[in-house]
Amino acid sequence: MKASEAQIVALIPRLRRYARVLLRGDTIAADDLVQDCLERALDRLGRWRPGTDLRAWLFTIMHNLYVNQVRRAGAAPRFVALPEQYDEPAGAARAERCTELDELQRAINSLSDQQREILVLVSLEGLRYREVAAVLGVPEGTVMSRLSRARQQLRTLLEEDEPHRLRRVK
Amino acid sequence: MSDERPINDIDLNAYVDDELDPVQRAEVEAHLHEDAASRESVQRYRRLDQAIHELYDPILDEPVPSTLARRRGWPWLRQHAAAAMVWLAVGAMLGWVARSPDTVQVASRQTEQLDLVRPAAFAHAIYTPEVRHPVEVTAQHEPDLIRWIAKRLGAEIKPPDLSVHGYALVGGRLLPSTDRMAVQYMYERKDGVRVTLYARRGAWNNEATAFKYAREGNTGVFYWIDGPFGYALVGELSKNELLRLSESVYRTLG
Repeated sequence: MKASEAQIVALIPRLRRYARVLLRGDTIAADDLVQDCLERALDRLGRWRPGTDLRAWLFTIMHNLYVNQVRRAGAAPRFVALPEQYDEPAGAARAERCTELDELQRAINSLSDQQREILVLVSLEGLRYREVAAVLGVPEGTVMSRLSRARQQLRTLLEEDEPHRLRRVK
Repeated sequence: MSDERPINDIDLNAYVDDELDPVQRAEVEAHLHEDAASRESVQRYRRLDQAIHELYDPILDEPVPSTLARRRGWPWLRQHAAAAMVWLAVGAMLGWVARSPDTVQVASRQTEQLDLVRPAAFAHAIYTPEVRHPVEVTAQHEPDLIRWIAKRLGAEIKPPDLSVHGYALVGGRLLPSTDRMAVQYMYERKDGVRVTLYARRGAWNNEATAFKYAREGNTGVFYWIDGPFGYALVGELSKNELLRLSESVYRTLG
């Protein structure tokens, strides 16, 4: 196994998380997207320059695949694959926290694709704004304004739900 | 950001994300000292990020499905995924892992959805409630049915025998399906539960895929591509029961 391939394997969980958020929790579609991304990455591994961020390179591939997929799909309705079942929260202590996280998830799912992508890349992956701009192929200023709108919108949605809720998020 | 314009929300975000140089950071901090609303925003954005991590970080700990490791040239990836026992078990059950990965390509999800899953689910919904005319040709005339379908589809697709699972063939029918013809075979359990197998050619170019699962309401669909044909097994069954049937169908057809 080449070193770069081993690195790609190590990054699969990150790709799955990115795809899952992007596809609003549709596990099957998300893993399909990850697989497409892995295939393309392997085909194009020669184009990756060692020393540059492999993670950002993979995210770029995934972003482009997703954009094309959405474009092809157009407005056609689709048969929705349900997300895989997730574990029941253990005990009542977790219950309230889960409700808060459920609300957060709903709020995130109501954002636009572009906003969700930026949230993953900035909030979860901790990429720099200029790296996010490169992944998404947009100017850095666009990243900043979209991020600002995304966080404001989340804040508004969560405050509408329950004015005191977010305060208790630790 | 400079003295000429006020600190705005974009600046606060950049502060939270540590994107500012020392001079800019000092400016924002001076502003935060004076402005309670901005302090509140910064705190909320930070808590939001923590909550987003709490929400999505568990995905990182999930085992990687072996289905992500089925491409030729990635055998190491398959080993890596060996920890995913459940997925491996499913894969082995479907005869998937054992198959030559050379033939395995990714099919167009779009085509599968439009040409296979939706028409299969739709045809199931239309014909399974029928009492008097659920099928065009009944199982009593199975040889005729097989010949007829073979002639029209240009390939023999015999209805798999699912009697070991308690499902008897009711019969079959020919259907229009977007740009092609499709066959629907219907099976029935003693208690009246019906499942349908839907098959047609499509623009998937002899690709082969793993089993995929979709669900809408009570109706589940396992679908897969094998050679020129796409198959979908539809029923109001649990995922596991439908999977067992699909495995049987796949083995018989393969």
